[in-house]
Amino acid sequence: MAKSALLKSSIAKKYWMALTGLFLCLFLAGHLAGNLQLLVPNNALNFNQYALFMTTNPAVKILSYLTYISILFHAIDGFLLTYQNAKARPIGYAKTNPSANSSFSSRNMAVLGTIVLIFIVTHMVNFWAKMHYDKNMPLAQKETLAQTGKKQIQLVGIKDSQMPFFQLDESGKLSKEFFENIKTQTQGQYDLEIQDVTKIVNKKDGEVIFQGYKDLYKLTIDFFRDAKYGLIFTIGYVLAMFALGFHLWHGFSSAFQSLGLNGPKYTPAIKFFGKAFSVVVPLLFAIIPLYIHFTK
Amino acid sequence: MSTAKNININLKIWRQKNAKEKGGIVDYKLDNVSTASSFLEMLDQLNEQLINSKQEPVAFDHDCREGICGMCSLYINGRAHGPETGTTTCQLHMRKFKDGDTIYIEPFRSKAFPVVKDLVVDRSSFDRIQQAGGFVSVNTSGNTIDANSIPVPKDDADKSFMAAACIGCGACVASCKNGSAMLFVGAKVSQYALLPQGKVEAATRVQNMVRQMDEEGFGNCTNTGACEVECPKGISLENIARMNREFLKASL
Repeated sequence: MAKSALLKSSIAKKYWMALTGLFLCLFLAGHLAGNLQLLVPNNALNFNQYALFMTTNPAVKILSYLTYISILFHAIDGFLLTYQNAKARPIGYAKTNPSANSSFSSRNMAVLGTIVLIFIVTHMVNFWAKMHYDKNMPLAQKETLAQTGKKQIQLVGIKDSQMPFFQLDESGKLSKEFFENIKTQTQGQYDLEIQDVTKIVNKKDGEVIFQGYKDLYKLTIDFFRDAKYGLIFTIGYVLAMFALGFHLWHGFSSAFQSLGLNGPKYTPAIKFFGKAFSVVVPLLFAIIPLYIHFTK
Repeated sequence: MSTAKNININLKIWRQKNAKEKGGIVDYKLDNVSTASSFLEMLDQLNEQLINSKQEPVAFDHDCREGICGMCSLYINGRAHGPETGTTTCQLHMRKFKDGDTIYIEPFRSKAFPVVKDLVVDRSSFDRIQQAGGFVSVNTSGNTIDANSIPVPKDDADKSFMAAACIGCGACVASCKNGSAMLFVGAKVSQYALLPQGKVEAATRVQNMVRQMDEEGFGNCTNTGACEVECPKGISLENIARMNREFLKASL
């Protein structure tokens, strides 16, 4: 009985909700720390280096898979709870007075959570999916002075020394001609192609000549400064952070209660920290798109 | 009380012939209700008026009328046991209402509390939860030792007694937006788990009681805390946390 009870029973659902929820709180704190780099002016290189680390480091990968699983489990468990709880009272009351005994947040966790889930999906489509799968993801560039004194655009490489090798056309792309020129100039020694969006590889021996950064910084800045939709994206983001804040307002301390931690010793501290967390974290998240959008 | 006066009120009461038939809200006007009367006395007055006009009186549960038996229920103006906290419906008085007030009176709503008639609900699901584990097995061979001969820390005894104050009225279920019975079960689990006599069977008790609670069709707790506010006996959410701990200990 014990095994199935740990999955199906009403109390077990609490544990899973609490554990996944608290793990997602940790994720929020980490994600926020990363995002705050966007508030530092001219921080493209650092931010893109950070983005590369976050998408390639094996330890981070484990954490990110845990995060995906937590989000899915938390959402599925939440929908299940809402469905079952609706069935527990088939005939409702004609007159209710819910604010007399419970907080707005605690009564609307499902709605708030759904808003947050929709936000997460759109957020992942806009940033995560592009970073991982978009073949046209821009590469980090910088403006330098050529020997002739003219300004030119170059790709920023992971190792700086290899950088001057590649000059870009005006649209900032490596043209086909460029690859052909190299091939003829080196008498076929260097037959180059682009692999995995960021790598320029010599087909002959598989040597990685150059590796650039996916320009997540530019993608983010352009997204919130988009002439047409930038304002809508910014407002949407801020509204989602309101939903997140209310969700956390109840969720954070509720998780501890679910795990059986409730006593005069720590509960006041947990509640205080939970409320501070639910205000500070969404607020800082929301400041970022506001800052990007309104400081063109 | 010398300040007592008479008020006229409008009542909106759930009427339902029996468990099978559909019910609905029916409006009544009741004049000259003394503010010194209790809420149940007001209903008695309404029933007298109904009987005198050859109508079916409103069925409602009541017994001790002093807030200890857990028999009275009623969801009054959107709150279990009415607008006061820390009291049962029988301890609620009409001085809490004003002349001309409209008062909604509905039965406690839960899948596990089917309506028997009008405002009377069947709360035997609570009994079945209790029977599933809410007891201490004692050998009654004739040489049962006195319970007081086992030392109990004062703090534990106090907490146990506070949990044992639960009268099983079902206000927690009625006020919970999820129709969850966890405050009731939490109190019953805690009451025994805190005492040395109850610790022996703590693991099977919590598993059996929680399983029965789930089988009865009560909802899942989401920690809104409404039950704690509406509980006439002030049972604390700490009891639900203790049940969560006990259940985890028992399941691992």
